[in-house]
This record gives sequence, C-alpha cells and structure tokens, in this order.
Amino acid sequence: MQLDFDVNGKKHSLDIDPQTPLLWVIRDELRLTGTKFGCGIAQCGACTVMIDGQPTRSCVTPAAAVQGVKIETIEAIDSPEARAVKAAWVAIDVPQCGYCQSGQIISAIALLSENRAPTDDDIDGAMAGNICRCATYVRIRQAIKDAAAMLKE
Amino acid sequence: MGNRFSTSPGSHRPEAQSQAGRAPDAFGPERAHATTSTTLTALDRRSLLRGLAGAGLGLVIGVQLPRRAAAQSGAATAMSGGAGEAVGTFAPNAFIRIAPDSTVTVLIKHIEFGQGPYTGLATLVAEELDADWEQMRAEAAPADTELYKNLAFGVQGTGGSTAMANSYEQMRKAGATARAMLVAAASAAWGVPAAEIAIESGSITHKGTGKAAKFGEFADAASRLEPPENVTLKDPKAFRLIGTDLPKLDTSAKTTGAAMFTIDVDKPGMLTVLIAHPPAFGATVKAVDDKAALAVPGVVAVKTLPQGVAVYAEKFWAAKTARDVLDIAWDTSKAETRSTSEILTLYTEAAAKPGRIVKQRGAELGAANDGSKTIEAEYVFPYLAHAPMEPLDCVIEADADGCQVMAGSQMQTIDQAAIAQVLGLRPETVSITTMLAGGSFGRRATPNADIAVEAAHAAKAFASKRPLKLLWTREDDIRGGRYRPAYVHRLKGRIDAAGNIVGWQQTIVGQSIMEGTPFASMMKDGIDPTMIEGAEDLPYVIPNFQVDVHKLDVGIPVLWWRSVGHSVTGFSTETFIDELLALAGKDAVEGRLAMLGENTRHAGVLREVARMADWGGKVPEGRARGVAVHKSFNSYVAQIAEVSVGKDSAGKEKAPRVHKVWCAVDCGIAVNPNIVRAQMEGGIGYGLGAALYNAITLSGGKVQQGNFDTYRSLRINEMPDVEVSIIKSGEAPTGVGEPGVPPIAPAVANAWAKLTGTRVRKLPFVDIPA
Repeated sequence: MQLDFDVNGKKHSLDIDPQTPLLWVIRDELRLTGTKFGCGIAQCGACTVMIDGQPTRSCVTPAAAVQGVKIETIEAIDSPEARAVKAAWVAIDVPQCGYCQSGQIISAIALLSENRAPTDDDIDGAMAGNICRCATYVRIRQAIKDAAAMLKE
Repeated sequence: MGNRFSTSPGSHRPEAQSQAGRAPDAFGPERAHATTSTTLTALDRRSLLRGLAGAGLGLVIGVQLPRRAAAQSGAATAMSGGAGEAVGTFAPNAFIRIAPDSTVTVLIKHIEFGQGPYTGLATLVAEELDADWEQMRAEAAPADTELYKNLAFGVQGTGGSTAMANSYEQMRKAGATARAMLVAAASAAWGVPAAEIAIESGSITHKGTGKAAKFGEFADAASRLEPPENVTLKDPKAFRLIGTDLPKLDTSAKTTGAAMFTIDVDKPGMLTVLIAHPPAFGATVKAVDDKAALAVPGVVAVKTLPQGVAVYAEKFWAAKTARDVLDIAWDTSKAETRSTSEILTLYTEAAAKPGRIVKQRGAELGAANDGSKTIEAEYVFPYLAHAPMEPLDCVIEADADGCQVMAGSQMQTIDQAAIAQVLGLRPETVSITTMLAGGSFGRRATPNADIAVEAAHAAKAFASKRPLKLLWTREDDIRGGRYRPAYVHRLKGRIDAAGNIVGWQQTIVGQSIMEGTPFASMMKDGIDPTMIEGAEDLPYVIPNFQVDVHKLDVGIPVLWWRSVGHSVTGFSTETFIDELLALAGKDAVEGRLAMLGENTRHAGVLREVARMADWGGKVPEGRARGVAVHKSFNSYVAQIAEVSVGKDSAGKEKAPRVHKVWCAVDCGIAVNPNIVRAQMEGGIGYGLGAALYNAITLSGGKVQQGNFDTYRSLRINEMPDVEVSIIKSGEAPTGVGEPGVPPIAPAVANAWAKLTGTRVRKLPFVDIPA
C-alpha cells in the first residue's frame, strides 16, 4: 500500500504494509537509526518520536495512522527546548550506554515545551515511560532542571 | 564538539591480522600465552587463573608493548585502513595513532557499553603523552588476542570490572612511549637536547630557542624512529588529567542519535534474521511448516538451525510477521521442563545439610553457652535476566575465505574462535568490529559465544554472501536464558552472652556458571568461585566460621550478571550480619567497624558513608535507614539507604520506597571521578530495580516473563537521589562497573527491617510466585 510520510521536514512515499510500525519505517526504510527498538510494546520509550509536537511511541504506531502528520526524530529535532536539553545532557555526561537516550531526550524536550519550570513530580510524570537500564535517572532529572534554567536565561 | 570516537565499520579487514612482518620478540614474554585456538576449551589456564585470583590485579604487565607491524613496514593502512589513518601517521604501538592533524586516536581494547573505557583508557594515554584532551579520540580495537588481550584474563574480553585495572600501566606506557618518540623527533629536527624539550597540553616546546610544534608536525618523523625499550611513567603526584572530570568522548554522539550500535548497521543487500527459539531450554525442532511464513512479502528464506528456526527477510517487520506464523513442532524429550518452584524445593532440601566445605576456621558456630543466642535464616534468590536496552544482535558476512562480524562482542577471542569453528575457518580470518553496545551487564560475555554462534549458523545455513543482521526481540532476550543463577542460602549465626558474634555458618546452593565452559579452568578443586565469592571472604573477624556449598545440575542456562556471585552473597551476608548485630543490641555501623579487623578499606568506606549520611542523626518521620558494605572486584563500596513503606495505586502498603542513597567507594585512584560516580548511581539503580521487582520464573520449563511489562525495570519515579563520595587513594585503580550493585539491596532490606520488623529472606521484595 502506498503511504506518505513527513519526517524531519522531508516527504517520503513508500509502498509498505500499512500495519508496519512507524519505528521500522523510520529505521529500515528511511535509514534514520537514532530512534531505537527496545521492547516493541510501548513499555520502554526507546522508540519515542515527536508527532505533531507530541511524544509518541513509534513501535506501536502503525504506518497507516501517521498520514498527514509531521514526524520529528532525534536526528533533526530543533527548537530552543531541544538545544537546551541536548546542551544540558552533554554538560553533565548523562548517557552511559546511550541506547535509550534518543527517547529520553525527545520526552524531555516534550516536557519542557509544555512546562518550562517542571517540578520533580512533573519530571517523574513525563519521563516514567522511558526506561534506562543503566539507570542514568539521577542525571536525567538534573539535566532537565539545568535545561529549564538555561531556557529562563 | 564533534564525534570523537568511531568503530570504523568494515575497516578491520582479516588480512590486517595476518602475521606479516610481525617479529616474535615484539610481543615479549606474553606471547607464549596467547590463544586463538579453534576449540573453546583451549583457553590458557595460567592466564585465566591469573585473572581469577583478582590476582588479577597484581598484574603481569608485558615489559614491551605490542607493536604494530604495519606501521614499521610503512604499510600504514594495513590495520585500520579507514578514516583515521593518513599518510605520515605515527603509530608507536598497537594502541595509539597520531595523525598529521595532531589528533590522537587511542585503540580501545575493551567494549564500551556505558562503563566508560573509551574515555578512561584515552585519559591514561593522554596523561603520559601530555596531550590536550580536545585532541583525543577513541576507536574500538579489532579482535586480535595477541595485541589486545585483557591482561587479567589472557584473552581479549571485558568483564570482572577489569578494564581500568588491567590497562592502567599498559596504556600509560603506550602514552609515555609515544611521548618519548615525539621528543626524540623534535630533538633531532631542532638540534637541541631531548632533555630540554617540554610537552604540555599537546604543545612541544624548547625554551632556549623558542621553538614550538604540535604533535602532527613530528608524527611522520617519529614514525621512523625505534620505540625506546624503557620509559619512565609519571609520579601520580604529577597527574594533570587522571583524577579530573574530563568530558566523556562518546557523550556527544549519544545525544544526537549519531552513535552507531550493531542494530544500526546497514550493508548493501543485508537481510534481517529472526530466530524462533524453543519453548523450553534444551528442546529441539521436530518439524516446521513454513508455508505461511514464506508467503509474507519480503521473506527470503526459512532455515532450521541447531538454535531454532531462522527467518531471513529484507526488513525487520517482514521477519517478525513471518516468525509469528511459523508452525513448529518441538521435541522436548531432552528439555529442562521443571518449574522454578520444583527446582527451589530441591535447593531448600539441599540447604538443610552442610555442603562441601570451602572455608573453615574454629569449631562449628562455637560453643553454645548460657546467654548465647543462635539464629538461622534461609534466603531465596531468583533467576534474573540482564535485559540490556539493546537486545542481542550480530551482523555477519561470511564466505569460504573469511568472515566479517560487527557486534557488541564482550569476549572477542571466544566469539572469534566459536564463529571460526562453525564456519570451518581459521580464527584469524574472522574479523570482529566491536560496536558500541546498548548495555550488557554481563549478557554479551557468554562462554559459549551464543549470539555469535547463532549468527554463524544462520550464515552457514543460508550459504549466501549477503550480509545478515541477526536480531533478538525483547521476548527473545527475556526468555533466552543465560540468567543470574537462582540460589538458596542458609545461614546460622551465634552471639555469646556479651553480644559478640562468635559463630557463622553459611550453606550455599546453586548452579555453576563456569563448569563445562572454557572458564572451568578458573574453578579450584571443582568449586566455581562465582558461587562463593563475597561469602568465603567475609571481612568480619568471627572465630568460628564455615562456608559450604552444594552445586546442583539444572538445565537452565546461567551467566554472570552485573557483580556475579556478589549480587547474591552481598545480600545474604550483609542482611544476616545486620540481624545478628541487632540481636546483640549493637549499632549497625559501629558493630561492623568493630569486627573489620585489618580490613581498613572496608572500614574506610563505612566511616565515610556514615559521615555523609550523618548516621545516628535525625531521620524523617516514617523513614528508616539501612547500611551495607561489600567488597567486589577489589573495590570497596558502602551504602546507606533511606527508605519508607511505599503504597500502591490503591493506597495499600507494598514495596520499599527508597528516597536517598549515600554511597562511599574506594576504587584506588579514580581516573575519572565523574564516571566513577555515574557507575555508582547506575549500579544502585540496576541493583535496586532487580531487588524490588525482578524474577525469572519457569512453569513446566516455560519462562513466564517476556517483556518489560512482566519483567519490570526501575523507572525514574522509583530512582532515589544518590550522593557519592570517592575515597582519596594512591592505590592502583580497580573496577567500578559492578561494585556499586551488591550493597544496595541489603541496605534497603536492613532499613525495611527497622521500618516493619520484617527481615527480607526472599527476593524480589514484590512477591512473584516461583
């Protein structure tokens, strides 16, 4: 089935099974590999992408369901919040293995885009869907606060 | 900051590992121990033993560094061909390349999966080279046992928290050698004595003449010089980089999506392979109906392998869809079909009687007198999956002449030999590019090279030159075995009338990880050290002491899991000592300190953590604090956890809620304190998640968990605040990847006992029926 995708500002038309999860469209068809496979059942958040500004688990989102929407991935996401989050991540060396971090960063950008002064509870609420097996959570929490501070300046 | 590391995909060609131009004497005495045998049982016994004793750490460092034949012969691109190596590159040994643009690339022999060797080992080189941190780069070393063996094991591999410990002198020597050669080249070019030349932050200078240069300007000249036989290493007091929080080399790429893992590899014509594994360990394929699977668009082939049924497809989704519709009849006649509840019943029965004695002093528990008290406790530990974020995967491209592998290989020597054996190749024709791995926690270091062997069988059965990417799904990972072994421990302890702990007896029942593997050579008198580590070396001075062990044979495959035996013994010993001290009416910190005798480093971290937490001070209402201290992999860690009783969504009381953890660590010289702190934070989170929620259970041989819904991971809302203090030390560095794990669960359990009066005897805290 011919389907259209708007990813990172580029239009793609692909002939694929409409049930294919968006994750595998992004990874296997468009060769954007920053978005990761971790569980396939929306439990870990490694596959998180932005769809019309909302953080979305691409591993359970069928290709057919993302027609006519704007999809942004880690490779291209750019906004004041995105720049602040990435800078804060680098400044305190958040990543360990790094595999879940694209999803973590997308979720953090989504949080700060809605709420520029998140409390610990806000952070827990927005980030609890993203698993990090290295448990970099202490630094994720700190980096989000640092990014919020940068955005205030 | 740009991308400061690479894995140079495809650049490590097999011919790079040929013997051409390699002088035997270039490898020093270590050469005799090198092994790349095609049989997996042929790993060198002495080398492995050296690793075991933690011996390890008094390490034999080769007098000479392995040199790169290629650089000497002028065929500068032979080894790593690709990106980094321009004409005029200076490669004084197998670990360093200095390019004409002055970038210094360190070839890292240890896999990077978050524990920090890319940054840590590059720091050692940069320190002795007096380089500027901005010019440093890291790159994965190829699979080559002779050049890149772990000096603690004798084979190329990462584990036992040895990366820094075994590299500390070797990498510094590599850096110092390169420095001496740059100085010699500058001395010749400038016509000034070498002794008058200084190097600081990547600048070579001569005061008298005012001459100055960057490394790149002398890279070509230095590459024509013979390396000095001996170099002097810096006095640690002169360190400028070691001991500082240098930014990690891999952070930037890991925040932009650019970091490449095995799952991200793409090659022309590559197929994705998924394997349907048996429903029970030891089951085999009886018959396959693959009609429906082959009808899925994009599916290229279905083949039966020793490991199961493989689907080869153009893309992941086609492979997954097809695998779901395979109709397979399995032969379970030789499979392990018992339930974990049955197995643990056998363990409990065995634990009722003393096993084979591995350590004994004094008499059994000592005399029972008036006023003495004796207590007994049985502990039950579950099987645990590692569940790294990146499920297991391997890219393989094979033909009759050789094979190229790209994978998160944690035991390159073993993987290389195992692949060669399956494909009928010589090990040296199997090249491995070690990719960044999305976690491991031990899972990628399998003595039987499971994922590599599976990939090799997939390639063999397909008999095509198309590259294959073998992927496991999360369910494959959780159900695929190689678990932290389940254990039952029975402890007896006695205190005398004065409250002194006078007797201790511990019976350990479990499975061996090493038996029947190449690591069996590390077993002593038939006893697997991973069953008793952390128990037989209890640091407390107790006059009557015994540890004994029962090894049972179970068909569930087991493996080292972050901190290995210590993940079990740390819990039983540190909760039981806490219980005995409480029974004697003694303070948990003071009581431990009084029994630590000559174990001053245990005492050091315990005092420090008590200071940090203001132990004995006021604790917030509704909370309690527990402490634990444990040595593993020659590092010492003490933790205090502040805990309350958590409530579930219905408001019912349930598992511990951990608010704060104070952690003191003594790992010798902390090469990068920021990475040490990160490893403590991560170890606490990893250990806590498992202790709270995790068990792998089997019913009729079938694993009952499958994904993160049934095998929970700690999430950010469950992560305590963590404060880490590193003991200042002049001792050689020891590991930090694992030692943060063992103390957390007992510290939480000890707090839980204070809060609720209930001693935790069975993990996880949240009940999961076995």
